[in-house]
Amino acid sequence: MTTTSDQSAYTTGMIHAVPFLLVIAPFSLLFGVVATEAGLDLLQTMGFSTLVIAGAAQFAALQMMIDGATVPLILMAALAVNLRMAMYSAALVPHLGSLPLWQRALIAYVNFDQTYATSVARYEARPEMTARQKGAYFLGVATPITPAWYLFTLTGALIGSTIPPALALDFALPITFVAMMAPMLRTLAHVAAALTSVTVALALSGLPSGTGLLIAAFCAMCAGALVETLTTRARP
Amino acid sequence: MTLTDAQIWLVIAVLGAGTFLIRFSFLGLIGARPMPAWLLRLLRYTPVAVIPGMVMPLVLWPGATGGETDLPRLLAAVATLAAGLWTRSFVMSVGIGAVVLYAGLGLRAFL
Repeated sequence: MTTTSDQSAYTTGMIHAVPFLLVIAPFSLLFGVVATEAGLDLLQTMGFSTLVIAGAAQFAALQMMIDGATVPLILMAALAVNLRMAMYSAALVPHLGSLPLWQRALIAYVNFDQTYATSVARYEARPEMTARQKGAYFLGVATPITPAWYLFTLTGALIGSTIPPALALDFALPITFVAMMAPMLRTLAHVAAALTSVTVALALSGLPSGTGLLIAAFCAMCAGALVETLTTRARP
Repeated sequence: MTLTDAQIWLVIAVLGAGTFLIRFSFLGLIGARPMPAWLLRLLRYTPVAVIPGMVMPLVLWPGATGGETDLPRLLAAVATLAAGLWTRSFVMSVGIGAVVLYAGLGLRAFL
């Protein structure tokens, strides 16, 4: 049975999601445009945005496809980008672990950066919320974001082929990646991971597409974890 | 694009299923068992470990110029990074990067 307070948690979630549309709209529009430019057809582009529904991984897979990487390397790089979501999944267990399986499955499908960050912040601010209210809130946040993701991908895919080459869309992807990455550089450990990633990737750029990147990513994860260990130990 | 249609669909299907399984992992299958601290520590750095290594060669050797370093593109990337660090906003960062890119390309077209 749905109670009024479950409904109000859902509505509150929807309201809290509205500002994210400013990020989601251009991001998914760009994916539609760049995927179409790269040669994906409409169905494939929409397949990415509905089945994968993870911006950074979609862009990563697309870039690897353009680079001519093999299927296993494309998958490994794009899945590596998404591994952080295992952490999100684990962090949600204490809040949502008692919900029915179908609700947990639905929440897993829409568990991305914005829904996760907003919801966990809310749960921490309102510890008195029940698991049902927490689930309703999470799905509330996802409700405006998810259709917007599909719709703007579609729009981008439809207008993609009409954009003239003078607009230098080739560089939309690098700019998107840099803009995604910059706000992530919050701590010394994040900066160390990023620098390691860049250095090793450039040093190994002669290897077949994607191979050097995977080695670089592994070294960078270790560098980040190492610096985190050292900096937390240094603090009292 | 060197992949066939079937290979593209394979990427989409496996990436979609894999991503769902990652998101569902603890919430759906594993439950409330605690994860080892070292694993959490590694997972925290996955996006920042993959994306910079992927983007740097694209910035230094853009495909559109046949792999030759291109000043407007390089400056646009630097401006995007600076704006992102400064504002912590994806939208602002992309906006400023685009302005610098078009200013650079426009200026070169006139000179």
